[in-house]
Amino acid sequence: MSFMKNRRSPLAAVIVMAAGLALTGGGYAAATAAVEAVKPVSAVATAEQISEGRKLFLANCASCHGKNAEGSKAAPSLIGVGAASVEFQVATGRMPGQASGPQLEKKPVQFTEEQINQMAAYVATLGDGPAIPTEEMVAANGDSTRGGELFRINCAMCHNAVGAGGALTEGKYAPALKGVSALHIYEAMVTGPQNMPVFNDANLTPKDKKDIITYLKFVEENPSAGGYELANLGPVVEGLFTWVFILGFIIAITIWLGAKSN
Amino acid sequence: MSDKKLAKSGSTNAEYEYEGGLAVIAPDAVKDPGLEPHRTRMTDKSVKHEKAAARQVAAMFFASVVGSAFAIYAYFAFPLTEDLGTVRNNTLLLGLGITLGLFGIGIGAVHWAKTLMPDAEVSEERHQTRGTDEVRARAVEIIKLADSESGFSRRKLIRRSLYSALALFPLPAIMIFGDLGPNPGNTLRHTMWKKGTRLATDPTGTPIKASDVTIGSVFHVIPEGLADLEHHKLEEKAKAAVLLVRLDPADLKESDERKSWSYDGIVAYSKICTHVGCPVALYEQQTHHLLCPCHQSTFDVTDACKVIFGPASRPLPQLPIAVDAEGYLIAQSDFNEPVGPSFWER
Repeated sequence: MSFMKNRRSPLAAVIVMAAGLALTGGGYAAATAAVEAVKPVSAVATAEQISEGRKLFLANCASCHGKNAEGSKAAPSLIGVGAASVEFQVATGRMPGQASGPQLEKKPVQFTEEQINQMAAYVATLGDGPAIPTEEMVAANGDSTRGGELFRINCAMCHNAVGAGGALTEGKYAPALKGVSALHIYEAMVTGPQNMPVFNDANLTPKDKKDIITYLKFVEENPSAGGYELANLGPVVEGLFTWVFILGFIIAITIWLGAKSN
Repeated sequence: MSDKKLAKSGSTNAEYEYEGGLAVIAPDAVKDPGLEPHRTRMTDKSVKHEKAAARQVAAMFFASVVGSAFAIYAYFAFPLTEDLGTVRNNTLLLGLGITLGLFGIGIGAVHWAKTLMPDAEVSEERHQTRGTDEVRARAVEIIKLADSESGFSRRKLIRRSLYSALALFPLPAIMIFGDLGPNPGNTLRHTMWKKGTRLATDPTGTPIKASDVTIGSVFHVIPEGLADLEHHKLEEKAKAAVLLVRLDPADLKESDERKSWSYDGIVAYSKICTHVGCPVALYEQQTHHLLCPCHQSTFDVTDACKVIFGPASRPLPQLPIAVDAEGYLIAQSDFNEPVGPSFWER
C-alpha cells in the first residue's frame, strides 16, 4: 500500500483547484470566527466535481451522515468539517467505516483520488472548514529541532516521543505515525479526527506544523542508534522482554549450575 | 534420627545442656533428609560418554575462541561512521562476540567440573561456635598484651583524646542532612498564576485569545512571562503547566461556585496529575476524557475533572479564567488548591 501513490495526485488536483480559484475569483467565504484560523487554502472546485461528489456522497456516505450531511445517531454532521477532513478520512481508508468499534481504523482505500477529491469538494460546499493543504505547506523542509520540541509538548503524550503511537481509554489508541504521509499528518492536526483534538493555526501555526512534519520525517528516516526498538513502546515492552527472556535465561543457567551431571 | 542427633550433641557438650522445664519440646517437623545416595555419572560408567563430555568441554572453549575472534572481526567489519545507525550493529555484534567469548569459558569450566572432575560427596560438619578454653584464654592474653604494649589503659590523655575524635567524626555527616532542606514552606501551595496573568502557549509564550480556542482544541499553556524568569524556570513550569480545552458549553456540568471560572466553554485545568505528578495531557476530543499516561488515571473534563478511573484520588485543580479587554485569556487568580500529588499537611 503506497501512500506516495495516494499523495501525489490529490495534491496536483489541489493546485489545479487553487488555480481555478485565482481565475474565477469566486469563493464560498462564509467564515465563522472559529474556523477562520484553519483555512490554509480556500480551494474551490468545479461545479461538475461538486455534483459528482454529491452523487458519491449520496451513494456511499448518506446512509449514516444523512442526505444533507446533517448527521445521525450513527455519525456526526459533516457540515463545516472541510475538504481536509474528507481527504484524511477517505484517503486513509478510515471512511467509509466498516464496523463499529472503539475507533475507526486505517483500511485499504475504497475510492480513487479523483472520487475523493469530488467528495471533498462537495463537503467543502456545505460549510467552510479546513481545506486540503498545499504541497509546500506539508514539505518536510522545516526545523526538525523546533518541530521535535513542539511534538513533545503537543503530541508525544498520545503518539509517543518518536511517533510510535500509544493506548488511550477503552480500546481507543493514538496510531503510530511512521509511514503516515505528511499530507495526512497535516490534515489530522487541522481537523482533529475522532478523538484527536484540533490544532488550529492559532495553536500551532502553519510553520509549527511544517516543523512537526519535518521532525517526524527525520525520525522516520533515521535509524535508532540504541539497539532494537521493540516497537518503541517504552518500559512496558522492555520490561516484559527483560523479565521473560533475560530473567528466564538467568534462572535456566542457575538451575543448570546447581544440577548434578547425569 | 534427629532425636538421636540431639542426644548425641548433648552428650558431647554437657556443659551447655539445659533443662526444658515445663516447656513442651516438639521434635523437628521436618526430618533431616541426610545425603542423597551417590549416583554414578554416565561419564564414570562409560569411556564413550567420558570422551563425549571431554569433546563438549573443548567445543565450549572453542566457541569462546570463535566468539572472541568474532568480536575483533565485528569491531573492524562494522565500523562507526558519521551515521548514528552504525552504532547499533557495531555495539550489538561486538557485544555478542565478547559475550560468547566469556560465556564459552564459563560454561566450559562448569561442564568440565560437573562431568569429568571427581564427584565424591564430602560433608563437612560445622565446628562449635564457642572456642575451646585454651583458645579463649589465649585471646584474653593477646588483648591484655596489646593493652599493656599500647598503654591504652595507662595513657589517659591519648585514650580520652581518641574518644573525643571518635565521638566527633560522624557529626559533619549529620550536618550535611541540613542540605536536604530548606523546608519547602508554602511553595507547594502557590504557582506563578495570579490575577491577570495571561495564558500563553508552551513553549513560545504567545498569549492566547479566547477566539483562537476553537471547539475541540487543546492548548498546552504556561503563564506569560515564564520564559523571562531568571531562576527556577523549570520548577515554576512544573507547577504552573495548564491544559486549556474548549467544549460545547452545553456539555459542561459546572457547580454554581465554578460557573464563573470558565469562559464560553473554555476551561483550564492543572496538567499535573494528582496521583504522582505526571503531566496529564491525553485528551480525547469526543469523550472529553483526560488520561494520565503513567497510571491511567482518567479525569472527566465535563465534570470538574473528577477522577473516573485509576489511582488518582482527587480532581485536577481548575484555574479560574476570564478574558481581558483585548480578548486575551487571563487567570482570575492562582489555583484555589495545591497542584499535583498529595503531600504531608495537605
